[in-house]
Amino acid sequence: MNIYVLMKRTFDTEEKIVIEDGRIDEEGAEFIINPYDEYAIEEAIQLRDEHGGEITVVTIGGEDAEKQLRTALAMGADKSVLINVEDDVEESDQFTTVKILEAFFEDKEYDMILAGNVAIDQASGQIGPRLAESLDIPCVTTITNLEVDGDKAKIERDVEGDVEKIEVSTPVLVTCQQGLNEPRYPSLPGIMKAKKKPLEELELDDLDLDEDDVEPKTKTIDVFLPPEKEAGKILEGEIDDQVNELVGLLRNEAKVI
Amino acid sequence: MNFNLSDDIQFLKENVRDFVQTEVEAVAHRIEKENQIPERIIEMSKDMGLFGLSIPKQYGWLGIGMIGKCALYEEVGATHNGYTTLIGAHTGIGSVGIVELGTSEQKEKYLPDLASGKKIGAFALTEPSAGSNASNLKTTAVKKGNHYVLNGTKHYITNATEADIFTVMAVTNPHKGAKGITSFIVEKDFPGFHVGAVERKMGLRGSHSAEIILEDCEVPVENVLGEEGQGYVNALKILANGRAGLAARNLGSCQKLLDLSMQYAQEREQFQVPIIEHQAVGHMISEMAVEIEALRSFTYRVACMVDEGKRVIKEAAMLKLYGSEVYNRVADKAVQIHGGMGYISDYPIERFYRDARITRIYEGTSGIQKNIITGQLKKEYS
Ligand SMILES: Cc1cc2nc3c(=O)[nH]c(=O)nc-3n(C[C@H](O)[C@H](O)[C@H](O)COP(=O)(O)OP(=O)(O)OC[C@H]3O[C@@H](n4cnc5c(N)ncnc54)[C@H](O)[C@@H]3O)c2cc1C
Ligand SMILES: Cc1cc2nc3c(=O)[nH]c(=O)nc-3n(C[C@H](O)[C@H](O)[C@H](O)COP(=O)(O)OP(=O)(O)OC[C@H]3O[C@@H](n4cnc5c(N)ncnc54)[C@H](O)[C@@H]3O)c2cc1C
Repeated sequence: MNIYVLMKRTFDTEEKIVIEDGRIDEEGAEFIINPYDEYAIEEAIQLRDEHGGEITVVTIGGEDAEKQLRTALAMGADKSVLINVEDDVEESDQFTTVKILEAFFEDKEYDMILAGNVAIDQASGQIGPRLAESLDIPCVTTITNLEVDGDKAKIERDVEGDVEKIEVSTPVLVTCQQGLNEPRYPSLPGIMKAKKKPLEELELDDLDLDEDDVEPKTKTIDVFLPPEKEAGKILEGEIDDQVNELVGLLRNEAKVI
Repeated sequence: MNFNLSDDIQFLKENVRDFVQTEVEAVAHRIEKENQIPERIIEMSKDMGLFGLSIPKQYGWLGIGMIGKCALYEEVGATHNGYTTLIGAHTGIGSVGIVELGTSEQKEKYLPDLASGKKIGAFALTEPSAGSNASNLKTTAVKKGNHYVLNGTKHYITNATEADIFTVMAVTNPHKGAKGITSFIVEKDFPGFHVGAVERKMGLRGSHSAEIILEDCEVPVENVLGEEGQGYVNALKILANGRAGLAARNLGSCQKLLDLSMQYAQEREQFQVPIIEHQAVGHMISEMAVEIEALRSFTYRVACMVDEGKRVIKEAAMLKLYGSEVYNRVADKAVQIHGGMGYISDYPIERFYRDARITRIYEGTSGIQKNIITGQLKKEYS
């Protein structure tokens, strides 16, 4: 089976976010593999171990993303590709990412593409579905179970607390969700072996794209932190009075009714 | 001498840290309560390869040398010391004998399983009559045909309840004193091998030390480790080799205590300021930091000497002594900085304080290290 995994290097969720000059300050921050992409990598490894084949992990980013690719290789992926856009892409959005990935996959053969359900930094959840659309293959999002049998995949997905069971033909793109598996830690021997596994680096040129082709379709107008939480208000007195006061506050202060 | 860790070692170290700080720290309280390391954590540690830290490259393992090992031990030390000891006793004194002294048949037979953690290793030297005076063994080994028959009792043996493979020292020639001792590889399933009472102790919960009773225990001749009569020298070698590793684990615990103390001293306010602003507290922190930095340099210096194949008897003894004493002083200060909280079992500080104490006793007491150092100095100055 030819398996591809889409991976993003993101902020560690434990990091405190600092905004400077309308941008998130990355100075000194810790970066990790997007946690949902870890489910995708783990699932890919389990699929490969069961059915044979090869796993290629693909990321778009800069030189720094090599570390996360090495981690994916250490977990058990076979190959990795860094599409390095450091010098070419100033601003990007989901359109940019999908456009680049579409070009990358143009000459590839794949049975399964796995992605995270969402990236925890920008949380658009668009990359998987939009790429599937561009490649004209089926897409199943937020999956919690996956079984492949020949050219069919049996999938369970999370729908607001219920489970939906789906059968699709491959090639298919799935986006992975909590509950799918428990991603492994890379083993120490795996880390040493990963050094010898291929890490291919591509640039826009190599994909016959130039900067204009991937210019974002959206514009960020402002970036700001959520307002600080204020202390709650405790109402006192007779219940009837409290209810009256509460309704008054909801109407006049919170303006929600 | 280069004190910078290579990128590879650094990457391995970060991965061990991530695992230890996420998974082991999450169950530290449970280990303390149940006196047991959860099976899931042990299995994950095996999958990660943490049980194979001492196993050389040709047996499919890391081959990262002493510097690399110390770097990873630092991370293994920065959590519950019961966990640290399970791994440390296995990868240290429990495996090193076979790695250093084993025949190629013995290595082929035992190292792969020790590396993967499928089999757990332990080291059995101490007896009721032979502690610091480790050559005063009463356990005997008598050769009968193609077997040795072992009789005697060992005590305080770490990992005894978990281990499958023991490096055991016994007397083969009672007339020769220390030169009449031989080391053996003993499997737990050999006839006449029994694990006796498990000790209750001050700390290191989750790590178990117990008696081993050898009752006409039959050990095949091919399981003699090293040469006959060299058992005492072997034991000292294995212990000496382990000393840098133990110091590195102590270093990890010290660093964790400094991290916790810094965090607390900056958050906790008394007299309207964070307590780190009180000079008495600030100075305790700076004293901790200085000793930790000195221990770090010393640890990697000795590790480097080991990797260069130098004789480190004196240095290893100095390092074992210094690392254990620093750990105890750092733990004492950490308790003090945390005030009442440092004494309360809901927080990890008092646990480190209790666990630190054993490091001045096992693998050769501080007193014995001083004897080794004096002995070596006397030789140098004679
Ligand atoms: C939790 C735990 C785990 C252990 N794990 C293992 C293990 O895995 N394998 C193993 O073989 N052993 C193990 N031991 C045993 C340990 O190595 C011994 O306890 C230690 O060497 C001290 O021996 P002892 O207890 O007999 O004390 P003793 O030797 O009786 O010492 C008592 C005191 O006298 C001092 N002393 C003795 N002789 C001298 C001297 N000549 N000069 C100066 N001072 C001296 C000592 O320093 C000490 O302060 C473990 C012990 C414990 C508590
Ligand atoms: C087992 C136990 C029993 C206890 N029993 C009682 C009891 O019966 N009744 C009772 O009232 N209390 C009791 N206590 C509380 C005990 O008295 C306090 O824990 C102690 O006074 C320290 O206060 P703290 O824990 O808030 O630490 P903190 O005051 O926060 O001290 C933390 C650290 O900061 C240092 N520090 C703080 N201020 C300064 C300063 N100005 N200059 C220099 N250093 C400073 C302290 O010396 C300490 O090292 C008990 C505590 C324990 C653990």
